[in-house]
Amino acid sequence: MDDTFGIYFHWPFCLSKCPYCDFNSHVAASIDQESWRRALLRELAHFAPETAGRRVSSIFFGGGTPSLMAPATTAALLEAVAGHWPLDDHIEITLEANPGTIDADRFHAFRAAGVNRLSMGLQALDDASLRFLGRRHDVAQATAAVALARDIFPRISFDLIYARPGQTPAAWALELQRAITLAADHLSLYQLTIEPGTAFHPAHARGDFQLPDEDAAADMFELTATLTAASGLPAYEISNHARPGAECRHNLLYWRGADYLGIGPGAHGRLTDRSGRVSALNQHRAPETWLSAVERDGHGTRDRIALSGEERRAELVMMGLRLTEGLSASRFARQTGLALRGALNHSGLETMCGEGFLRWDGDHLQATDKGRLVLNSVIGALLV
Amino acid sequence: MTDLKHIRNFAIIAHIDHGKSTLADRLIQKCGGIEEREMRDQILDSMDIERERGITIKAQTVRLAYKAKDGETYELNLMDTPGHVDFAYEVSRSLAACEGSLLVVDASQGVEAQTLANVYQAIENNHEIVPVLNKIDLPAAEPERIKQQIEDVIGLDTSNAVMISAKTGLGIEDVLEALVTRLPSPQGDADAPLQALLVDSWYDSYLGVIILVRVKHGILRKGQKIRMMNTGASYQVDGVGYFTPKMVQVDALNPGEIGFLQASIKAVADCEVGDTITDEKRPADKPLPGFKPNVPVVFCGLFPVDAADFEDLRDSLSKLRLNDASFEYEAETSAALGFGFRCGFLGLLHLEIIQERLEREFNLDLITTAPSVVYRIELTNGEQVQLHNPADMPEVTKMAKIEEPWIKATIMVPDEFLGPILQLCTERRGVQLDLTYAGNRAMVVYRLPLNEIVFDFYDRLKSISRGYASFDYEIDSYQESDLVKVTILVNAEPVDALAFIAHKGQAESRGRQICTRLKDLIPRQMFQIAIQAAIGGRIVARESLSALRKDVLAKCYGGDVSRKRKLLEKQKEGKKRMRQFGKVEIPQSAFLAALKMGDD
Repeated sequence: MDDTFGIYFHWPFCLSKCPYCDFNSHVAASIDQESWRRALLRELAHFAPETAGRRVSSIFFGGGTPSLMAPATTAALLEAVAGHWPLDDHIEITLEANPGTIDADRFHAFRAAGVNRLSMGLQALDDASLRFLGRRHDVAQATAAVALARDIFPRISFDLIYARPGQTPAAWALELQRAITLAADHLSLYQLTIEPGTAFHPAHARGDFQLPDEDAAADMFELTATLTAASGLPAYEISNHARPGAECRHNLLYWRGADYLGIGPGAHGRLTDRSGRVSALNQHRAPETWLSAVERDGHGTRDRIALSGEERRAELVMMGLRLTEGLSASRFARQTGLALRGALNHSGLETMCGEGFLRWDGDHLQATDKGRLVLNSVIGALLV
Repeated sequence: MTDLKHIRNFAIIAHIDHGKSTLADRLIQKCGGIEEREMRDQILDSMDIERERGITIKAQTVRLAYKAKDGETYELNLMDTPGHVDFAYEVSRSLAACEGSLLVVDASQGVEAQTLANVYQAIENNHEIVPVLNKIDLPAAEPERIKQQIEDVIGLDTSNAVMISAKTGLGIEDVLEALVTRLPSPQGDADAPLQALLVDSWYDSYLGVIILVRVKHGILRKGQKIRMMNTGASYQVDGVGYFTPKMVQVDALNPGEIGFLQASIKAVADCEVGDTITDEKRPADKPLPGFKPNVPVVFCGLFPVDAADFEDLRDSLSKLRLNDASFEYEAETSAALGFGFRCGFLGLLHLEIIQERLEREFNLDLITTAPSVVYRIELTNGEQVQLHNPADMPEVTKMAKIEEPWIKATIMVPDEFLGPILQLCTERRGVQLDLTYAGNRAMVVYRLPLNEIVFDFYDRLKSISRGYASFDYEIDSYQESDLVKVTILVNAEPVDALAFIAHKGQAESRGRQICTRLKDLIPRQMFQIAIQAAIGGRIVARESLSALRKDVLAKCYGGDVSRKRKLLEKQKEGKKRMRQFGKVEIPQSAFLAALKMGDD
C-alpha cells in the first residue's frame, strides 16, 4: 500500500447555478460559516485514526465555489490536516476559484493560509459565451483575476469549455491561442457535454441549441492537442495540459488509482485498508443532510462499499488510460496483485494494439492519439 | 329433436366494417340467446385481437330460436366465419357447413374485393344468398346504386334485398324472415352412418379441445366412439352441445345441426379442419368431399430479442399451436440474430396475428425476418427441394430451375386511383387478366408472384389509393422464374437474416436499398465498416460507414469514478445484444430496423 494520499474538501455553495454544471452545488441564502467549519473539521478528524501515519501529498478544495469559503476556514482546515498527518515536503494545496468572487485581499488570505495553487473557472474568453454558460464574470474580469493570481500564487491554472454551440474549429483555435498566452503552466480544456439534471439538458432536448457534430468536435480535440503541445503545454490527460512537471498532483492521484479522502457533502473517497482491499466512500449529497449527519455521528458517510476485484481493475484501467503516460503495469500489479496483460481481454488488447489504438511504452500501456479520441470504445474492448 | 324442415344454417359474408359483427349481435339479441345484461359488442369475437382488428380468426357458431310469422319456431344456426384470404380454406369449410349466406354490403361503400372472394366460395358451395344492405340510415347511403353494383359485379338478383341498419335494429325481423322463407333446410339421413364435418377447433384451457361440427348424416351422441377419417385417430365423445353463444350440453346432435363436441383431445393439431368424423364401429364408406391439408405459404424467422428468451419462445409456440395447428415451426440458427424458429403461415395476416399473440399473450419481444414464400427448386441431380429460407438457397450451378408461387389477385378501386395501381402491379411483375368497371369502381384481376406481395405490396396499395383499394388473392400456380439470391455482407461476412430472393431485374436495386438503409442504422464503430450486397460472387452495391471519430468522456475525476464505472458495466450488458462481424459489433436493433423495409 502506497502510504501517501490526498484530501479533497467539498464546499457545496455557489452564488448561482451554472446551466452546464452537474456537480453537487447549491445556492444558499446565507451560510453559517461557523457550523460548516466545525463540521468539516469534525469529519476530517473522524478519518484520522484509520489513516494514521500516512503522508498527505495533496489537498484540493473543490465545489461549488470554495473561494466563497472564509479564508479562516481554509486556514483552520489546513492546520488540522497538519495536526493529523505528516505532510509531504512538496505538498500541493489547490483551491478552485471563480473570477467573479476574487479580490486581492481574499487571494492574499488564501495564500497565507497555505494555498499554493489556484484553479480558476474562466470557461470562455468571449462575453457572449460566458453569458450562455451562465457565468457571472466577463472576459475583462477574468483576465484581471488571472493576472492577480499569477502575482500571488506560485502555481495557477484555469478551465475553459469548448465545442460550444455554434463554435467552429477556427474560432476555438483563436480563443485557445489567447488562452495559451494568458496561461502559466497548466490548462484544463473540456468539451461541453450535456449532463442529466442540468438546465442545459431539457433545453438541448428541446432543440434550443445544438452542439457541434462529432466531426467538428473531433477536429477541435485534435487541434487542441496540436496547439497546446506546440506551446509547451502538452496534454497529460484527456482534458488537462501542463508544462512537464506542472501537472496537478492531486488529480494524478485519481487517474493513477491512489487513495484519497473525501470530506464534505457529496465528496467521494477511495481508501485502502490494511488487508489491501479498496473501499469506495461517498458522503451525503444534500448539504443539510450531511451537516446534521456529521453533527450526530461525527461523519457524513452515506455508503462505504468494498470494491470487488473486477470493479477495482475496471477503475484502474478506465482512469489510467486517460493519462498520456498510460497505465503502469508494475503499479497495476502492486495495486491488484495481477499482471496487467492477463487482466485485460486478450483479443481486445491484441486488436487495440494491432490497430494502433494502444501501444506499449516499456512498463506503460498507453492510448495513442487516435486511441484517446475513442477511449470509451477502447476501454470497452479491454474490459469485455 | 328439431326436424330438418325447422333448421336453417347460414353464414354471414361481409367486408371488414360493413357490419357483420353488429348484425350478429342484433340477431342474437332478438332471438334471446343471451340476457340483455350479458350483451356486449362483437360478442362472437372472443380474442382481443379479433375485437381490436375487427376480424374473425376462429369460426364461431350460435344457435338461435326464432318464432317466425308462420307461427313455427325455427332453429337458426349462425356460422361466423373468418373473413380473410389467409383463412380461405377455413372459410370454405365453414360455408360447407351451411346451406345459405347473408351477403352484407355497406349501402354507401358497395362491394369490396374481399366480399367477392367469399361470395364466390358461397356460390361454389351451392348457397342460397340473401343480399342485405346495411347502414341504410346513413345520409351517404345509396341503396339503389349499390344494388345495381351487386347485380353487375356478382350477378345476384337484388330485387328482394333486405334493407337494414344493424346499428339501430331496423330490418332485423326482415332478415330473420328471409332466412326462414328463402334458405333451404338441410338434408340428412339420421339412420345412415355418422358423417360430421370438422369445421374448426380451438383449445380451451379449462375444457381442452373444442371441435365445431356440422352433422351431415347419422347422429353424434355423447359417449359414442368416433374416428377422424383423415387422421385415423379415435376418441370417446365426452360431450356434445351447441352455443347460444353460451355452451349448452345436449345428448346428441342430429343431421343438419351445428354444434360442438369434446373428446379429451390434447391438441388441435389432431383435429384437421375439413376432416370427417364418423362412428368407430359403423363408419361411413367415404369421407365428405373437399378435405385439404394445411399448407403454409409464407415463412419467416422469429427470434427472441433477448437470447435468454429462446426457451420461452419455444414454450409459447407450442402452446399457441395447441390452438392453431395451421402454422408450423422448427428451430433455426442465425449468425446475426442467434437462436430462433423458422415458422410457416397461411399468409401475411396469419403471420402478423401469431407474432402479435406471442408478444401480447406470452409477453415476448420478437424479431421477425422478412417474410419469404416457398420456392420449388429442381437440382441438377434431379432432386426436388422446397426452399423456406432464402439463406439456404443452393448455389446457382447446382440448380436446374427454380419456381415461385403466383397468385391471382383481385383489386377493387375507385377509378381515379387506377393508374398508379396498374403501375404498381406492373412494377411487381404482374400480368393483367381482366379489367372491368362497375359504376366508378374498377375491378382488376392480375397474376402476380406471391413474393412481390409479401414485400410491402399491401402497404403500397393502401398508400397509393389512400385506403380506398380493396385487395384479395388466391394461390394460383408455380411458375419457373429468373430468381437470384441477394446476400448482404457486413465487413465481407454474410448476414444470413438479411438474405433475400428477388427477380433478377429488381435484385440490384433492392440490394442497394438495404445497404443504404443499413449504413444509416449501424452506429459508427472504431473501424470503417463495408456494407455490400452480392449476387452470387458479384458485388452489386457497396456502402462504407466511416469509423467513429470521437467517443471519450471530457471529465473524469475522483467523484466520477463510481458513476462512470457503472456506465461501463451497463455498456457491457448491452454488448449481449451485439453481434460480432469480424472486428465490429453490430447491435441487433440495426438488423431489426433493416428488416422493416418499405415504410419509407
